Amino acid sequence: MADRITREQVQHVAGLAKLEFTDTQLDAFTPQLDDIIGLFETLSEVDTEGVEATTNVSDQLNVMREDVAEDWGQSAALLDNAPDAERGYIKVPAIIDESEDD
Amino acid sequence: MNYFDKDLASLHDDLVNKKMSVRELTQETFANVKATDAKIGAFLTLNEDAALKQADAIDADGVAADNPLAGIAIGVKDNIVTKGLKTTASSKILANFTPVYDATVVEKLTAAKTITIGKTNMDEFAMGGSTETSAFQTTKNAWDQTKVPGGSSGGSAAAVASGQVPVAFGSDTGGSIRQPASFNGIVGMKPTYGRVSRWGLIAFGSSLDQIGPITRTIKDNATVLSAIAGHDKHDLTSSDKAVPDFAAGLNEGTSVKGMRIGLPKEFLAEGVDDDVRKAILAAADTYRQLGATVDEVSLPHNQYGVAAYYIIASSEASSNLQRFDGIRYGYRAQDVKNLEDVYVKSRSEGFGDEVKRRIMLGTFSLSAGFYDAYFLKAAKVRTVILNDFKAVLKDHDFIMGPVAPTPAFGLGDELMDPITMYMNDVLTIPVNLAGLPGLAVPAGFSNNLPVGMQLIGRPFDEGTLYKAGYAFEQNTDFHSRLPKLGGQN
Repeated sequence: MADRITREQVQHVAGLAKLEFTDTQLDAFTPQLDDIIGLFETLSEVDTEGVEATTNVSDQLNVMREDVAEDWGQSAALLDNAPDAERGYIKVPAIIDESEDD
Repeated sequence: MNYFDKDLASLHDDLVNKKMSVRELTQETFANVKATDAKIGAFLTLNEDAALKQADAIDADGVAADNPLAGIAIGVKDNIVTKGLKTTASSKILANFTPVYDATVVEKLTAAKTITIGKTNMDEFAMGGSTETSAFQTTKNAWDQTKVPGGSSGGSAAAVASGQVPVAFGSDTGGSIRQPASFNGIVGMKPTYGRVSRWGLIAFGSSLDQIGPITRTIKDNATVLSAIAGHDKHDLTSSDKAVPDFAAGLNEGTSVKGMRIGLPKEFLAEGVDDDVRKAILAAADTYRQLGATVDEVSLPHNQYGVAAYYIIASSEASSNLQRFDGIRYGYRAQDVKNLEDVYVKSRSEGFGDEVKRRIMLGTFSLSAGFYDAYFLKAAKVRTVILNDFKAVLKDHDFIMGPVAPTPAFGLGDELMDPITMYMNDVLTIPVNLAGLPGLAVPAGFSNNLPVGMQLIGRPFDEGTLYKAGYAFEQNTDFHSRLPKLGGQN
């Protein structure tokens, strides 16, 4: 297999994407991603010299609007969807790993 | 009651003339969904209590003769947010998510007094072509329950094809309305990019996504598209072009006489099933008999669409799906020690394999050192593909070809092989890259499985596609064959 992406690179990209994989998952994912990147590389056959990139096909360009805050009056309903909330705030674990303070 | 022999016009007449009340129609719709869905698996969530209340309110006012959608039952794909009605995108990460607002499409439909029967199953975050990446259930093809319904809008297509609802909504990023419509022998429209507001559609590939209708007939589809289309201040990519009354142009006088149709040779190339090729060539003959010209044309870079798409769509997805971090809504992993753990473990436990694959491909394509070779290259190839379409559509009214290279494949057949799965989208993906409208129309059968034809038009010219689809429908009977669901029809 042509090493288009190594196991270490897969782990690096997973870190960027805030994902983690077990060794077994890495064994399955690495060759799959490698094959798909092989498919991506067929694009090198297309001559794009002097061609502009297309990132948007909308007929509306640079639409401006006033930046005005709207009160939707739904903070309680929004908090109902939060995994953990207290006194009108979303609750999250400590940012610093407390186990390291032991 | 099922909707096999009903269209929106006949249902509307029955409601206006009080042959049945909206409540009766709604109750019978739920009774039929409950009786058939064990076999089909189209719906994830039913909306019975709210739907019946809504039905009573419409009955109290009476169904207005000038509102063709009042009291009509609809299915809504589960990536379109519905206020107070669970919306999961078929992902574990949103298993308990209840939106606090309606998507613009849903708001417009509610104003038109349609009745939401429930939310339909899909591939997780619309990533897949068989509805098998759903975290919750398997949906079956209406024609053969050992086959996939297609995807990602497989639940919506199977619900319409099995007579559960007359209309369902899907979203199409690379074929996700057209391919399941084709696999189920019904009509599906992917509108021009910007025709329909994306506000409230859970984003996958923001430069590619469009919401569109899935129906039994062309005219029903046209009626519904007019109701959901138009500019929306909440979606700044939505177009301010006027929305025609698409159905008004469909009648005895509708004709393709004098139209020039392009049939790209790449759409019938190697990899396209023989029966599919034959059905499309027969459809081309039908159009010739109806007075149109069909020319062989070329879209020389069509084969590069899949690679460009999987870079662009995955890149956009990797960015869009960053919001699922276990903080404000959705799944949060337990037993976490710190904030980084919340992000990583919630995402790793909450997303399925296909979603992770796409996030990884997108993150890779955008990462330092790879951006130019992958994302930028794909964005340039997108321009080349767009120019191919422009060249053909300059002197052709529309393009015709198959929707998919094959009819519906077996459940479980392709799930394990991502590249085989991705190549299924080779004929639909380029249309999203170019932002053009694409319509799936029933056009034949292969071993009792439906074959769909795809009509591709100029930007904002859905009207021509509907006319061409209608002319074809009026002169063929593929749309009137019905699936056998355990002998209940």
